[in-house]
Amino acid sequence: MKEELLRLIQNNSRIELKDLATMLGTEEATVANMLQDLEQEGTICGYYTLINWDNTDEEKVDALIEVNVNTQRDMGFDAIAERIYKFDEVKFCYLISGRYDFLILLEGKTMRQVANFVSSKLSPVEFVSGTATHFIMKRYKDYGAVLGKPKKDERERMSF
Amino acid sequence: MRDPISKIARELQPSGIRKFFDVVAEMPDAISLGVGEPDFDTPWHVREAGIYSLEKGRTFYTSNAGLMELRQEVANYYQRKHFLTYDPRTEVLITVGGSEAIDMTLRAMCDPGDEVIIPEPCYVSYVPCAILAGAVPVTIPLKAENEFRLTPEELLDAITDKTKILMLAFPNNPTGAVMEREDLEKIAKICVEKDIFVISDEIYGALTYTGKPHVTIAEMPGMFERTVVINGFSKSYAMTGWRIGFVAGPAAILSQVTKLHQFAIMCAPTTSQYAGIEALRSGDEDVETMKESYNQRRRYLVSSLRQMGLPCFEPFGAFYVFPSIEKLGMTSEEFANRLLEEEKLAVVPGTAFGACGEGFIRISYAYSMSELKTALGRIEHFIQKHVKE
Repeated sequence: MKEELLRLIQNNSRIELKDLATMLGTEEATVANMLQDLEQEGTICGYYTLINWDNTDEEKVDALIEVNVNTQRDMGFDAIAERIYKFDEVKFCYLISGRYDFLILLEGKTMRQVANFVSSKLSPVEFVSGTATHFIMKRYKDYGAVLGKPKKDERERMSF
Repeated sequence: MRDPISKIARELQPSGIRKFFDVVAEMPDAISLGVGEPDFDTPWHVREAGIYSLEKGRTFYTSNAGLMELRQEVANYYQRKHFLTYDPRTEVLITVGGSEAIDMTLRAMCDPGDEVIIPEPCYVSYVPCAILAGAVPVTIPLKAENEFRLTPEELLDAITDKTKILMLAFPNNPTGAVMEREDLEKIAKICVEKDIFVISDEIYGALTYTGKPHVTIAEMPGMFERTVVINGFSKSYAMTGWRIGFVAGPAAILSQVTKLHQFAIMCAPTTSQYAGIEALRSGDEDVETMKESYNQRRRYLVSSLRQMGLPCFEPFGAFYVFPSIEKLGMTSEEFANRLLEEEKLAVVPGTAFGACGEGFIRISYAYSMSELKTALGRIEHFIQKHVKE
């Protein structure tokens, strides 16, 4: 039931406790306890809202940055990653297999801000040997959701 | 001028509920819990397979029985899910949805005067199709106190020396009832003893919420050779508009069903057949995902309706609940009409599925949770208003 609860709130974290319990066929207290445990053990790391900022007046620029690093004794990937992800601008940071080592998503207000971050903060980090910055031009799908107008129900309204 | 219409067509009762459907269609601001099809889109990889087949120019007829590759996948499906071995060459037929399968199978098996036992409430086409096949439909009114399962006693009472076929449809539309192994064993024993064939419409078979896999009566001892199983892609893979289904059964029956299908239909749509291959091959996970979601809504709906004071037996299959509205002192149709008029919410009266559906309504949960919530609010308001009256 734990996994079913997680799948359920992964897609909609706003379902009320009472409804969650009904949908899972259990008691409210059981769900509350489960959620508390999942939060405490770090399985649930937060409850966020998926926003399409393009629909707002807020200016934002996101970039995906490939980062190459040189690891050394006492300075493995985890330690280098920490040096990178501690910056608030870094929203995602993944260790990647293949041609480069880390992929990070950077959130800035302007292109210049992103460029400044790369040149003055990221590149100078010790052990970082190279970066490639890709600005995101348009978001089509995020977290499994297609961004755009909600879909209309096109079914016949009555059928056997 | 002579009457252009045949006697059999003229005398066939139209569904009384059609009028109500038309009223709903003309009320754009009304919301509906009246559909009998999934709210999910066909999984993209399945749609993509259909598109690819078009791109490749696979736009010709297939063999009458359907693409061999698809029939093989159907046979694999029954092997995998039910340990039943159907020969894809002679024991599987691809049809235009379960609907065609029902029609063709009845035509292939009935002689004039043969009786077809049809437990009700049930899908609307069984009785008309039996009549069109020249048979005499004999309905059994199933009871809420038995959770709308068919009991051996009810079956025995309906059997005469003219009985040839039992039409079984579990998981059931509209009640959501299922028949479990123990229930089917007893029915199967009677069928073997009385030499009755079974047409088992298992279109909702993949959608059961008992925690145990769906059981088909064809698995019961002595039943493989006297059962025709009807199934399809519509409900389980959210593929209603593709119009594709299948029939599996003993070669002696299937060869005749295939013959009729060949004359009436030629073959099922080719594009849909290619999509069907992909669905059966790699769609198990999609079905599980949809099923989990249906199950959550089902629990929510049953619990909410009970809290409102509407008695509702727990349905373990399909995507319908079938609550009793008896305490409001209205007929099913009256309830549906007034709910539509006063609360702008459409549900299907139980009587659309047979006279014994009187006192019940069918509510579909092929809707998102937020739609269900809004709709339930309206039902609650309606009940509060009318129970006081």
